[in-house]
Amino acid sequence: MKSAAATPPYTLNHPRWYRKRVSTYWWLQRWEYLRFVLREISSVFVAWFVVLTLLQLYVVSRGPDAYGEFQNFLKNPFIIAFNVISFLFVVFHSITWFNLSARAMAIRVGGKRVPGFLISGPNFAAWLVISAVIAWLLLRG
Amino acid sequence: MADTIKLEVSRYSPETDAAPHFQSFEVPFRRDWVVLDALNFIKDKQDGSLTYRWSCRMGICGSCGMLVNGEPKLTCATFLADYAPEPIRVEPLRNFPVVRDLVIAMNDFMRKLQKMKPWLIRKEEKPVSEGEYLQTPEQLEAYKQFSMCINCMLCYAACPVYGLDPLFSGPAAIALAQRYNLDSRDQGAKDRFPVLSQHDAIWGCTFVGECTRVCPKHVDPAGAIQQYKLTAALDWVKSVVMPWGGK
Amino acid sequence: MDVTTHDVLLVGGGGAGLRAAIAVSELNPNLKIAVVSKVYPMRSHTVSAEGGAAGVIKSDDSLDEHAYDTISGGDWLCDQDAVEAFVKESPQELLQLEHWGCPWSRQDDGHIAVRPFGGMKKMRTWFAADKTGFHMLHTLFQTTMKYNAIFRYDEWFVTKLLVDDGRVQGVVAIELMSGKIQAITAKSVILCAGGCGRVFPFTTNASIKTGDGMGLAYRAGAPLKDMEFIQYHPTGLPFTGILITEAARAEGGYLVNKDGYRYLQDYNLGTPTAKPVLRSMELGPRDRLSQAFVKEQEKGRTIDGPYGPVVHLDLRHLGEKLIISKLPFVRELCTKYQNVDPVHEMIPVRPVIHYMMGGVSTDINGATPLPGLFAAGEVACVSINGANRLGSNSLPELLVFGARAGKAAAEFASSAKPISNSILAQAFDEQRRIENQFLRNTTGRERISTLREEMQTTMETSAGIYRTESSLAAGAKTLRQLQERSDNLSLDDHSLTFNTDLVAALELSFMLDVAESMVQSALQRTESRGAHQRTDFPKRNDEKFLAHSLVFRAADGRPRVEYLPVRITRWPPGERVYGQPAQKAGAS
Repeated sequence: MKSAAATPPYTLNHPRWYRKRVSTYWWLQRWEYLRFVLREISSVFVAWFVVLTLLQLYVVSRGPDAYGEFQNFLKNPFIIAFNVISFLFVVFHSITWFNLSARAMAIRVGGKRVPGFLISGPNFAAWLVISAVIAWLLLRG
Repeated sequence: MADTIKLEVSRYSPETDAAPHFQSFEVPFRRDWVVLDALNFIKDKQDGSLTYRWSCRMGICGSCGMLVNGEPKLTCATFLADYAPEPIRVEPLRNFPVVRDLVIAMNDFMRKLQKMKPWLIRKEEKPVSEGEYLQTPEQLEAYKQFSMCINCMLCYAACPVYGLDPLFSGPAAIALAQRYNLDSRDQGAKDRFPVLSQHDAIWGCTFVGECTRVCPKHVDPAGAIQQYKLTAALDWVKSVVMPWGGK
Repeated sequence: MDVTTHDVLLVGGGGAGLRAAIAVSELNPNLKIAVVSKVYPMRSHTVSAEGGAAGVIKSDDSLDEHAYDTISGGDWLCDQDAVEAFVKESPQELLQLEHWGCPWSRQDDGHIAVRPFGGMKKMRTWFAADKTGFHMLHTLFQTTMKYNAIFRYDEWFVTKLLVDDGRVQGVVAIELMSGKIQAITAKSVILCAGGCGRVFPFTTNASIKTGDGMGLAYRAGAPLKDMEFIQYHPTGLPFTGILITEAARAEGGYLVNKDGYRYLQDYNLGTPTAKPVLRSMELGPRDRLSQAFVKEQEKGRTIDGPYGPVVHLDLRHLGEKLIISKLPFVRELCTKYQNVDPVHEMIPVRPVIHYMMGGVSTDINGATPLPGLFAAGEVACVSINGANRLGSNSLPELLVFGARAGKAAAEFASSAKPISNSILAQAFDEQRRIENQFLRNTTGRERISTLREEMQTTMETSAGIYRTESSLAAGAKTLRQLQERSDNLSLDDHSLTFNTDLVAALELSFMLDVAESMVQSALQRTESRGAHQRTDFPKRNDEKFLAHSLVFRAADGRPRVEYLPVRITRWPPGERVYGQPAQKAGAS
């Protein structure tokens, strides 16, 4: 330990602070950060489904042959696997979205704040109902 | 349960060290001891050079924020019993420059608080002789949660945006601005808007939500920021649709 | 050596300091103000005050009644002209704070709400949930950010007042971050550094309450007043000493002994009723409640806890809804630190040291006898609290006397002569003293914590709730020995960067000075009054002791006591009566 008997190195309010560099892999260091980054990445998969839907519409407009080719493309096992992963991410995206949006809104009724689950709850319910209706429409035919 | 517990404490003395390193201490394990009690024991009995901030030891002054096993905590409110018999790692708050051992530099935080104009702004002041500004309990509820911040900076240690972008104003500062924006006696929302509606303020926030999770006073700074984003966006829409102003 | 200069310098950035700074700037925006605090201002101990601040605003209340409650609560040791000014200005100051944004709790119609409090005959205690001090301090701190003339020296530790030409001209302070020692000169200095609870082992006080301001004034030649009057708060948690606010009793809590009996009725504090009656039973004054605890302990009726005897505070009958809305912080503290939920269980409590009625002697404007030196807040003794402070009087005291001291210091600074040049030599001497005695000293043998603990134990046994000649004399002797041993301290930390070991050593030396002055004042006051109870002199003696004790530091470092008569205006000394059976609550 250096003795203070030497001339004290008085610094004018610029002592040697230690600044830790933030690692490029900061998001792997805590589970909460990883979950956040996955949540953000899920928007890529949402975009993928949008693109897929637009492609389907385009292909439908081109006629039954083009549509048949497109269906073969979709039956490719890699595409199926990718779509399954995308689906899981989109579900994750929706759940986190509904939960977060409840916290972003401060709705007050009669002076008291409406609890979060009363805002996200109906959203979830509507999501499930609409999904069920669309699934029924598509699968019955 | 053993009678002692090990603490691994981050040490850094700029006069002798190039970077922080850990030092192990063995302290008595008591059921009602918090991490701060253990640190005080080390300082009093084992190594008086251990340096950290503390004051009230009841979770209201905000001095004793540190990382306990990597998680931002008030060490006066973190019980050894919740970690025993495993060793406990104590480090200074993340995302701040380390001055010495467990003490971080708070200058940036203080500047950002001040930037938000955190005081009551009124067009006209009522003289004190005319009594108080009336405020119903409901109006008080509207901002009360955001007034509970003890400036402990755990939210800054939890926020990855602040870690990556030191210009980011941060959760506590924005929550404090929102505390005044929502105060029915305040008329300064317009003055704070140019400071808040910036990339280094609300628009830098990506709603990670860690700040709210670690806040010991349940201030919910993430909620404050997102709510203000809505307000700011609506204000912008209004200014476009009704450029002549209007309520 | 670096020297910076200001017009007004405040030592301490708590409620009193910040209010004084604002007052200076409001009076004269051209004055340069320095706030020098060893912690960031929002860490000041004002932040932990819970209960409330008293100010007369209800139509059924009057200033005279507030004054009478304060004076009788202080066992007639209060200077009545100061009390009259205080009760008059208190509501104005509290309203000013409201205008600055303080979130006072409200009635349904939007007006300020008040609650009952100990020793007060009418409801006049303003409150902000149960975090009044927190909200007051943060409101003041955020308001000071508006004033460009206020320059803050955050985490600078003042070690000495610079006195020359018979007046105070600044301070010597250490910038903790870098270890730099420099002089900060000013035409007037206001001490707002708080009290000294840390000389005792069990206290509600934070670690920073080490009597720095009192020590600084004492060493500079200003007298300390009424140092023997130290308040025990009746309800602190055992072990941690954390405060359970008086508001818990104001809302209707009961204090019971091991038989579940509300024992206060045995001590001339009235008869127990279901709802709280003002100035009666659990709403009696703090000194009497603490004394009742000691008496119960002697009778063997207290409960033996792992940290000594306790009694129980029972809030269960108040109901969950009330506790959550009016006492949320109390519930949080009890569940966290005592593992007890007040909704379902009784809270173990014991008297713990809480407040110093005594302090740096000032007049009604915050001026000490030393020109250029002012003081306000707990560090000062005006005196409005006399021999025992009523709850909720200390927060408005910060505001009223902070503002007064600020104005007086601003006026003094405006007309003061320039700073003497010879001040710098003193500052160099102080720098050398700190370096030689602490930083460079490798021959010391005593550990700081050992001396500190011995001092605390000595104070508890010799100058606790009940004192005798022999306990005080023994205490004085031990403290003298500790003073001598403290010249031989060994520090583990010789670095310059944020040296908290050095701070602890400096704080210990202030605490020893303050402790000695307390014990000496207690030794020479041979009567019992308010919080100072002598078992060998159990009666109040108005003929000899209707006076403040003034303790000066003699040349050999020992305390020397004189007396100053109390200023009586309209309320001649009487009996302190609490819990009269004929008295009904003004509003229950």
